[in-house]
Amino acid sequence: MATKKKTKNQPKKKDFVTVYIMGKAYDVPAKSTIMGAIEYAGYQIKRGAGCREGFCGACATVYRLPGDYKIYTGLACTTIVEEGMWLAQLPAIPGEKALYDIDKTKPDVNTIQRLYPEVFRCVACNTCTKACPQDLEVMDYIQAAKRGDIEAVMDLSFDCLCCGLCAIRCPAEIVQYNVGLLCKRLYGKYLSPKSKDLEKRLKEMKKNKYDDEFKELMKAKKEELKKKYYNLD
Amino acid sequence: MYPEYMRVSLNKVKKTRNKRFELAKSDKPVFPPMSAEEREQVLNKFHPDYKKDARRKINVGPNKKEIMTTEVADVLESHSRIDPKKFDLSKPDIETDVLVIGGGGGGCAAAITAMQSGADVKISTKLRLGDANSMMSQGGMQASVKEDDSPPRHYLDALGGGHFDNKPKLTKALTQDGPEVVKWLEELGVCWDKDEEGSLQVLHGGGTSRKRMLSCRDYTGAIIMRTLMDEVRNHPDQIEILEFMPTVELIMDEKGHCAGGVLYNLETEEYFTVKAKATIITTGGYGRLHIRGFDTTNHYGATGDGLVMAYRAGAKLMYMDSVQYHPTGSVFPEQIAGFLITEKIRGAGGQPVNKDGELFVFPREPRDVESSSFIRECTERNNGIKTPQGRVGIWLDSPLIEMLQGEGYINKNFPAMHRQFIRYDIDITKEPMLVFPSLHYQNGGIEINDKCETNIPGLYVAGEASGGVHGRNRLMGNSVLDYNVFGRRAGIYASEYIKSAKLGKLSLKHVSEYEKELKDKGIKTERVAPIILPSYTPEDVKKRQFTAHYEGTLR
Repeated sequence: MATKKKTKNQPKKKDFVTVYIMGKAYDVPAKSTIMGAIEYAGYQIKRGAGCREGFCGACATVYRLPGDYKIYTGLACTTIVEEGMWLAQLPAIPGEKALYDIDKTKPDVNTIQRLYPEVFRCVACNTCTKACPQDLEVMDYIQAAKRGDIEAVMDLSFDCLCCGLCAIRCPAEIVQYNVGLLCKRLYGKYLSPKSKDLEKRLKEMKKNKYDDEFKELMKAKKEELKKKYYNLD
Repeated sequence: MYPEYMRVSLNKVKKTRNKRFELAKSDKPVFPPMSAEEREQVLNKFHPDYKKDARRKINVGPNKKEIMTTEVADVLESHSRIDPKKFDLSKPDIETDVLVIGGGGGGCAAAITAMQSGADVKISTKLRLGDANSMMSQGGMQASVKEDDSPPRHYLDALGGGHFDNKPKLTKALTQDGPEVVKWLEELGVCWDKDEEGSLQVLHGGGTSRKRMLSCRDYTGAIIMRTLMDEVRNHPDQIEILEFMPTVELIMDEKGHCAGGVLYNLETEEYFTVKAKATIITTGGYGRLHIRGFDTTNHYGATGDGLVMAYRAGAKLMYMDSVQYHPTGSVFPEQIAGFLITEKIRGAGGQPVNKDGELFVFPREPRDVESSSFIRECTERNNGIKTPQGRVGIWLDSPLIEMLQGEGYINKNFPAMHRQFIRYDIDITKEPMLVFPSLHYQNGGIEINDKCETNIPGLYVAGEASGGVHGRNRLMGNSVLDYNVFGRRAGIYASEYIKSAKLGKLSLKHVSEYEKELKDKGIKTERVAPIILPSYTPEDVKKRQFTAHYEGTLR
């Protein structure tokens, strides 16, 4: 069973909560994030921290709360501790990534079938959506993947952090985040409308349109450059 | 939710909003931009770089006697983690064409172009692939793709932002490759924000004379980084990824060429030697050194390791006296103190205002000028707002964006920011954010040329670890462009170099020699570097850790 960490100057109860880090009790400041609490307790994190701001998905955490049967999921860097929280960080998520040649991969349902056939095992239980710390409609994008609607997968999975909590909870053993990533790349490369501005600029560059202007700028003295800069419209 | 006592100030911000909205709709700037003299004045008086003790002389190595940021000089004047005598370099554990040190955006871009040129690549990275500042950039990437814009104009903007200290050839490479990089990334599958006809969406950033900030909502870095990572992972036969395996020293050969590195397995605590015909440093910056005690927007591993090992091996550094503080780091709530609030908020029309709801600076000055004026507002003018924890900040009025761009704009274009604050019951479509400058970027770094070569043959550097591209102050959106432009270049030129490179006998003599130099100069320090990971263990816990040792570095 969990044992409580005793310190000489037991902190005031009102500003602190007791959390169980992998089963071991620590008193930590009530408003700390899970990551802050782990470090407050004295751990030097190696796995389980990356950007620390909710972008990289390195700090997937599962926890339970007292008197509640549910398994909760969250990012350690943005989830606030609660009294009695029993938590464990997931050091890594085993998830299959399909290998493919982006130049030879078509943006359609056959690609999904070929690279991630398990998508079609989805039973629409919505557990993935409930597990998502970004509140994305994960199940909806898996359904869209089944229909070959690459654009919808891109749109719905855009803010995905690849933390893997959906995949670890999925009874159909789908690796949702990799399906999302594949569709985003397919959309960006094949389906997103082409920019005429960009094509025009690239043609100009090919014809060395700006070479003379650059030559002049490279020769210019600092004072001249300053004048040019402060006179830019 | 904001504490009750802030209501008075929040109401003032609300009260002035209509007036400021009218101002923003007019063609004129909402606040007069500063002249060159005014910029200089506010920088000299309020930028943290100019404070007493902010800089000191470094006493060893290739830049000895130069003035550097104090914390940087400290970390450079440190002991190696390794004892060279313990390594048998005649039998390297791993051999490869190219060793890439650092698994962020620059490292992945370099690995991809090197692989495409036929090289065998190993990526050594201290955390997971993609655990890097590249993942965190929200606002965008600059590239001149519009008719009213041009690469030379982009060049001038970057130069002005950098106070004309930029290395011209590097800034030229940066701005000239811009459009090509947009295309390259799109062909790899990056989803740029566009309108229905495919026209790329562009916004202003601080110090841009034309709108040229391209974006992927406010997950720009995350989308680009994950695309590059996925591409790297699609080629396991040519690129091997070594995670939780940071490089801690470079290996040289007897002729003074770079020949690989010593890697450290964070979990098993073993060291491995890698012999490589060329080595590319893409280790990023040093935000986790918490210079002058500032919070940082940087990722967990941003401890400047590349600087340390390159410096010991004899690489020249430049502009190590200059640190970038991002104007808008979060200060409330406490849990997200220091977190980045994208400059794109100001690009879309968000305004910085003081406790009375009044504008006090043009919202898009170059970052150092903007930051300094925030500090002035909070200190000399005492117009900041204090948090319950004793921090101070000014308001960044985001609801104005919805008035200017239409309802729903924030949810669509700033999902990350909205999410960050709604967790704490602050709805940024209705209430402003409280901000103060946060340690953001290492302006200086290892000196390179436009082929990413250093003064050491066989050693290449790209991205934030390099210096000179941005002078002494980088503009928003130029770092994302930087790691792509120079990452690509490093991979290409390094794989060209290896075709004729012949390595001699491997050596770690430079490590012992550096150690001797420290001793000769009478430098007494317990510090060991590279730091690898910062320590956030509370002091009372550290006191009880009798058998753990953290002397400025991970065990």
